[in-house]
This record gives sequence, C-alpha cells and structure tokens, in this order.
Amino acid sequence: MDFDAIRQSLPSYASGALVTIWLTLAALAFGMLFALPLSILRGWPSRWVAGPVWLFTYVIRGTPLLVQLYLIYYGLGQFEAVRDSFAWPWLRSATFCAIAAFAINTCAYTIEILHGAMRAVPAGEIEAARAMGMTRGVMLRRVVLPAAFRRMLPAYGNEVIFMLQATALASTVTLMDITGAAGEMNSRFYLPFEAFLTAAVIYLAITMGLVGLFHAAERRWLMPWQARSS
Amino acid sequence: MLQGYGASLLTGAGLTIAVALCSLAIAALLGVAGAMAKLSRNRFLRTAAQVYTTVIRGVPDLVMMFLIFYGGQLLINELAERFQWNDVTIDPFVAGTLTIGFIFGAYMTEIFRGAFLAVPHGQREAALAYGMSPAQALVRIVGPQMLRHALAPLSNTWLVMIKSTAIVSLIGLSDLMQRAKNAGSSTQEPFLFYAAAGAMYLVFTSVSELLFAWLRQRYAVGVRQVRI
Repeated sequence: MDFDAIRQSLPSYASGALVTIWLTLAALAFGMLFALPLSILRGWPSRWVAGPVWLFTYVIRGTPLLVQLYLIYYGLGQFEAVRDSFAWPWLRSATFCAIAAFAINTCAYTIEILHGAMRAVPAGEIEAARAMGMTRGVMLRRVVLPAAFRRMLPAYGNEVIFMLQATALASTVTLMDITGAAGEMNSRFYLPFEAFLTAAVIYLAITMGLVGLFHAAERRWLMPWQARSS
Repeated sequence: MLQGYGASLLTGAGLTIAVALCSLAIAALLGVAGAMAKLSRNRFLRTAAQVYTTVIRGVPDLVMMFLIFYGGQLLINELAERFQWNDVTIDPFVAGTLTIGFIFGAYMTEIFRGAFLAVPHGQREAALAYGMSPAQALVRIVGPQMLRHALAPLSNTWLVMIKSTAIVSLIGLSDLMQRAKNAGSSTQEPFLFYAAAGAMYLVFTSVSELLFAWLRQRYAVGVRQVRI
C-alpha cells in the first residue's frame, strides 16, 4: 500500500466526492420533480393517459443506463437539427448530459415506486376521502400522497443508493467524480489497487451515511404511522 | 440492415448474453454459499457473509470491475515475476464475468436466505423424520419450494444483471455496447447504433420477463391464489 500516493491524490478525491454528491442530488431532485405528476398519470383510469407513462418506464427500466447516457451525450450530436438548436450548448456539456440521463433513469424507477406506494393505500381511506366530499386533488394532497411518501421510504432508499453508485458512469463521459479521480490516480502512479480501493471506501462511506439517513427517516415517519394504523 | 453492422451487433449481443449467463452461474453459486454462511451456526461465516453483502451493496460495479481488472492484472504480474511464469494477462471476459458474478452473488445471498426462511420449518423436519439425509431434504423438499419464493426477486436481479453487463465494454470486451460504439463512430451515426443496442437490451429484458412469468406460474402449481 502506497499511502503517500493516496495522500497526494486526496484533494482530487475530495473534489470528486463533491461532483458525485452533486450529480446524485441533482438527478434525484429532477427525477422526483417529474416522477410526482407522472406517477399520478401512471395510475390514471384512462388507458390513453396511463399507457404512455407505462411505456416510458418500461423502456427506461429495460435498457442499461450506460446506453441512455451515451445516447444523450454521443448520440444526439448526430443530428444537425440538434446541433443547430438553442439546446446544443447544454447538450454538448458532459455535466448536463449526465444529469439528464441519470434524472430520466431515476424518474422512471421513482414513478414505479410511487405508483406502487399509491396503489397500496387502503381502499377504505380513499372511499372515506370521497365520502367527505374531497375532490381528487385534495384527496391526493391530504390522504394519498402523505401515505405514499411514507410507504415508499424503504424502496426509495434503495433507489437513492442505486443512483449514487450509478453516477460512477459519469466518469465514462469525462466527468471527474470519485471514479474519475481514481482513474486519474491510476494513470498517474499506476497503482490500481490503491486508486480504486480508495474510491470504493469513499463510496462505501457515503452509502453507509445514506443508509443511516433512511433508517432514521423510516423511524421518524414510517414506523409510528404503521403502528397506529394496524 | 443497419448499414451492414447488423451482424456485428448480433455477435456482440451473443457475447452480452454469454457474459450474463456466466455471471448468473457464478452469482448463483456465491448466493447459495453466502446464504448457507448467513444461516449457519458458525459466527465467523455469518460475519464474513454479512461483510460481503454490505460491502458489495456500497461500492459501484464499475469501481469493483476496475479494481478486479487492473488490480488483478498487477497482482498477477507480480506473481508471475516472483515465480518466473510467462506473461499472463487477465482476459476481460474472465474479469467481467467474475466481477458481475461477485457483485450479484451478494444480492442472491439475500434472495436465497429469504427464500429458505420462507419455507415452513416443518417441511424440512418432516423430510428428516422420513429418513432423508440433510442433502436429500434440501434437494427434494426445501429446494423446489425455495425456488418458488425466490423466483420473483431472482427475475428482478437477472434483469438488473443483464443491464449491468453493459459496463464490460469499458474493459475492452466486444459486447453489444462496444460494437454499437464502434459502428457508431465509423458511420458517424452514433444515435442509430446506441438506439439499436438499447432495443436489443429491451428485447432481452422483455423475453426474460415472459420466461420468468411462465416459470412463476409453473412453480406456483398447487398453491392457492386469492384475488383481492
């Protein structure tokens, strides 16, 4: 173990960790922003509304994230219309493309998680809300969504951890995240064990932190509520 | 079709399936071993299995693969120097399948452990009371019932695994992803070829899902189903 080389590379790992965390948070935030309305449409009574959303999640969940990332980053530049459009300065940036690909990916999974959580709301609660004269919007806001958000916590915690690890793919489109920093250290010192083990330890630490956070969230929001409802 | 690159993509798709199936075999073996370790009375085995599943869950597959591919190569080089072997290079196929098998072995450990616990204890006791050996009880009685409980999470893991194999292209394996990349850069039409690769992955996952639905039905024979 060459600790001196690790010490020398620590600054680039630190900035890499910031990139990783920033990518994860941005992807999760945008994913959730779009997943919330889409998950309601996913459970819409009309097939013409629910169908396209289902197709979107099916295609995204059925293809590798790496394909999605390459399609956006390398693929879109193929079309002249895209190169001439106003969005090209963004689509040329690796950061933008990575966040877009990750957000689209996590959006699809979050739609399914939220949809499942909403379907798990007992029929009696929805009937009661209707009997109280609530409109669909009020019922969603007061009854269905609060219950769904609590119920989705364990599954969403897994998705967040998956997303954190998926951001390692950002290093394949030139971003200097933790994996990118490890690759750089490996090519500089030719110390693959030290380089990638350090990266692994940092990812492990962030994962542990997230696991602890979600356990605390479940204790705070999910467990007391389940005890009351049973 | 696909400007003459169709056959190349299909060859790559075959390699992708080969990687996925080999990894599945490794993962299943590791999963059974891990589940047995987690359920054993031996404290050391239990802890080792716990560390294995925790660490794997916390490290990205890409980092794990680079660690095994580049790190393993270095290790082998050093061993080769010490024992005066000829030059040995790590085959990317071996490194890729080992990595993916090793990672998904951790998920399979949890699946098999849960499935084992889901089979009522009396089933195994009855088998032993009939004079079966523990191995016979596992193969004839507990195993088939375990499989029924394991099928749903197994199908999920298998789908994730097929998609994970895309990363082996990054250590130089000519899988579907790598061939799409090559075709895309030589024809200047990357979108077309990545979309084609994506469609092929979608076919794999869709067919797998149908297959698992059929298996689930087959293994649920004799189990009462209640419709809510």
